[in-house]
Amino acid sequence: MAVKTVVNAAGRSVPLEINGTPVIPYKGVGKHRPEGKKYAPPVPSCADFPADGNKVAGSLEDALRKCGLADGMTISTHHHLRDGDLVSNLIFDIASGIGVKDLVWFPSASFPCNDPVIRYLDDGTINRIEGSMNGPLGRYVSEGKMKGTAVLRSHGGRVQAIQDGEVKIDIAVLAAPSADPFGNARGTGGSSACGVIGYSKADYMYASKVIVVTDNLVDFPCFPMEIEGNFVDYVVVVDKIGIPEKIVSGTTQITKSPDRLLIAELTARFLEKSGILKDGVTMQAGAGGTSLAIAVFVDEILKDKGWKAKFGFGGSTGYMVKMLEEGRMDYILDAQVFDLDSIRSIVENANHVPYPVFNAYNYHSKGNLTSMMDIMILGATEVDLNFNGNVVTHSDGYLLHGIGGWQNCLHARNVILPIPLFRDRIPVIVDEVTTLCGPGELIDVIITERGIAINPLRQDLIDKVKGSGLPLVTIKDLKDEAERICGKPMKPQFDDRIVAAVKWVDGTVIDVVRKLKQE
Amino acid sequence: MDKTVAVAGNSGPKVRSDCEIALEIRHNGGITIDLNSKVKALYGESIKSQCIDILHYFDINNAHLTINDSGALSFVIAARLEAVVNKLTATKKEFLPDLITENMVTTDRERFRFSRLYLPGNSPALMINAGLHSADGIILDFEDSVAPSKKDESRFLVRNALRQINFYGAERMVRINQGSRGLEDLEYVIPHYVNLILIPKCEDKDSVQRVENRIKEIQVKNGLENEVLLMPVIESALGIENVTEIARSSSSVAGIAIGLEDFTSDLGVPRTSEGRESFYARSRVVIAAKAARIQPIDSVYSDVGDINGLRQSVLSSKAMGFEGMGCIHPRQIAVIRQGFAPDSSEIEKSKEIIKAFEDAGANGLGVVALGSKMIDAPVVMRAQRTLELASRLGLIPDYRINNGTKKEN
Repeated sequence: MAVKTVVNAAGRSVPLEINGTPVIPYKGVGKHRPEGKKYAPPVPSCADFPADGNKVAGSLEDALRKCGLADGMTISTHHHLRDGDLVSNLIFDIASGIGVKDLVWFPSASFPCNDPVIRYLDDGTINRIEGSMNGPLGRYVSEGKMKGTAVLRSHGGRVQAIQDGEVKIDIAVLAAPSADPFGNARGTGGSSACGVIGYSKADYMYASKVIVVTDNLVDFPCFPMEIEGNFVDYVVVVDKIGIPEKIVSGTTQITKSPDRLLIAELTARFLEKSGILKDGVTMQAGAGGTSLAIAVFVDEILKDKGWKAKFGFGGSTGYMVKMLEEGRMDYILDAQVFDLDSIRSIVENANHVPYPVFNAYNYHSKGNLTSMMDIMILGATEVDLNFNGNVVTHSDGYLLHGIGGWQNCLHARNVILPIPLFRDRIPVIVDEVTTLCGPGELIDVIITERGIAINPLRQDLIDKVKGSGLPLVTIKDLKDEAERICGKPMKPQFDDRIVAAVKWVDGTVIDVVRKLKQE
Repeated sequence: MDKTVAVAGNSGPKVRSDCEIALEIRHNGGITIDLNSKVKALYGESIKSQCIDILHYFDINNAHLTINDSGALSFVIAARLEAVVNKLTATKKEFLPDLITENMVTTDRERFRFSRLYLPGNSPALMINAGLHSADGIILDFEDSVAPSKKDESRFLVRNALRQINFYGAERMVRINQGSRGLEDLEYVIPHYVNLILIPKCEDKDSVQRVENRIKEIQVKNGLENEVLLMPVIESALGIENVTEIARSSSSVAGIAIGLEDFTSDLGVPRTSEGRESFYARSRVVIAAKAARIQPIDSVYSDVGDINGLRQSVLSSKAMGFEGMGCIHPRQIAVIRQGFAPDSSEIEKSKEIIKAFEDAGANGLGVVALGSKMIDAPVVMRAQRTLELASRLGLIPDYRINNGTKKEN
């Protein structure tokens, strides 16, 4: 069946309808401003809930049945348990056992531990996944095996989709390291602590039904609560919600790769020479090895100069905690926690504050934290001559990563992508990105081991680092160098069939991923 | 023909930027290729056509290739394929990838050799970005870091690396094998703008001269005149005994290095961190080198994880008179470079000395004093050298020794 497509403002051919629902093609940065009201869940009554506040159900199956689990429903989960998640797969084990079909799984992200759901995509229990697709799941989708079309959103885009009513969650199943019988829940305590559970905020506020699943039932009140019990229908107690060592790392480590360290060092030098790094700086850096190394180099500069950062937005790690504890960062605002030091800190330190992406990233709200940040360090699988970025597919066309907060973070004051020029033989700087995830006008600086390219739109930065001794090149120089070393790559061959849509932060469709032609 | 199947290169879950090629020469059926590659979607066709071109170049028209590729660059694929062809045929032809212009540069005896990064000669993944880490030199190694069964194939890889990899200004060095294999190694590197040859386990001047003579022969044969420098490596008691004659054995010798793992093993003692067992030998190398006006170069520091230990070791090397050290990991480079460079107090002191010297000259004084200390000519000269070094390293603005014999940078 041919789908009607149009060319959107980014020059990409996108459909007007996805999974039977009309969608709006991307119009440009800041161009789409919807009107009307936000979506709202049904009105509940206290009369329908136990007066003693005890909402504990016998089992997850019991709770799902009581929530009216039925064909075609949308089930949401959060990803704070990361690769140690034992809850998400269980939902679909139960659904398959009951014989429910055509569910939509709406996770805030998926991990390799979720690969077993491929079985339920095969047998029709799940129609599609609207969320990040990694590894084998991405491969499955790219080969056109998923029945419905995947929809990829940023973390903030997911909140936007929920609030705007694009995605109506029927049942949110929210794992919680600690919860009380009323449904108040938090990310700390118990054996499966993940620090914060802020990704669930939009889910519990907007879902028709909310189930909290815990392996650490505590007496009322579970405090400080991140999920408020007044939004919760049922509480389920299981033996284990997660595998602790796969939820957080004992310690996160900076990269040992000399090539990545070189990129990290160059990035720190750029931040210093450009004046972006200053007393009172606000910053975000991820938990990847290169980002951590940048944080370490930046911290050394702060130490040398006697400066401090105003706040850091986490993904927190021990490196950020060290800055907080040694007085070189005033606050950590935290959307997720990556290691044991950070869990300790968020429990002990009043200046280490849970800060859900609900507040930080949602584009359809009254301002975002991201646009208040000076330094934003991000990655990409590909960047093209127009500084456009791709984070969801590899150059071979396979869907292999989620968007995460990447698109939301592009709104920061200085968006810097420290990336290698090529990975093995695969060029990272290319003519045109395979899949467009972020428009080049929002991407300011590309830092590779073989030179730094500044977006010509940022003449201010170009002026600041002129004559600084930094290896400045054009993006074209970088692309040519990558091709000189690797050779000019062929483009992957796609069928017409759309297997995934990539949403921009405002809910419009910025690009699609098509099925790979099989040999 | 006795053998019809051969394999070269590396594959496996941990291998990157390399490939393993198995070639079976057949009598008919044309060329067939089984390609298993992680970059197949992007480079599958170009890998196949490259291999067919190379086989045709070697007049092989019927063959089956099995390629397990983990993202090898084209010069690596070419080297692996040429290696298997050489195992199966007696070809005299060489398949040379283009020589990039950045590598058509000769060297200068006087340049710094503080840090030289060793690169195993059969591991392309470590070579590709090696030049980015600002080592003064890179050493493509045929000797200890290459397994005996891989020595032949490493020659094609190192040759192609010299022609194709941009090392971003690092001096391009090769450590050849010992003895006759080492002399054969030269055939694969001398025509390709190598800057310096390290001669391992050097024990007398004859072994230097044999290398030098072979280099001259190869150069004459190829019509080349670029200077190729030599750096003998002393790794035995006998080598230490003969270090003076080795240092003076040829005008091409730019430096002398000491290799302590083999040296201590020759003495039959363990190598300790304080290094008392090798102190005399290291001093001998420094004195022989300084007497011959060449650079003494210290052994590598083998604990890659111990950066503080390395820092101490560099400072003690520098204090003994060494002018450089080998590196076995890129993270050692900055520490070594920093260690051998003059520090800020040395620079300040030298500036004061020079100023006092100049003031004394201007005032017509014969005797120069700084504070309560008399300054004589060697002290001034050492201060001048320190400032010149600092200037060449970019630590201070241009400084040149004004006696007319010293060059600009």
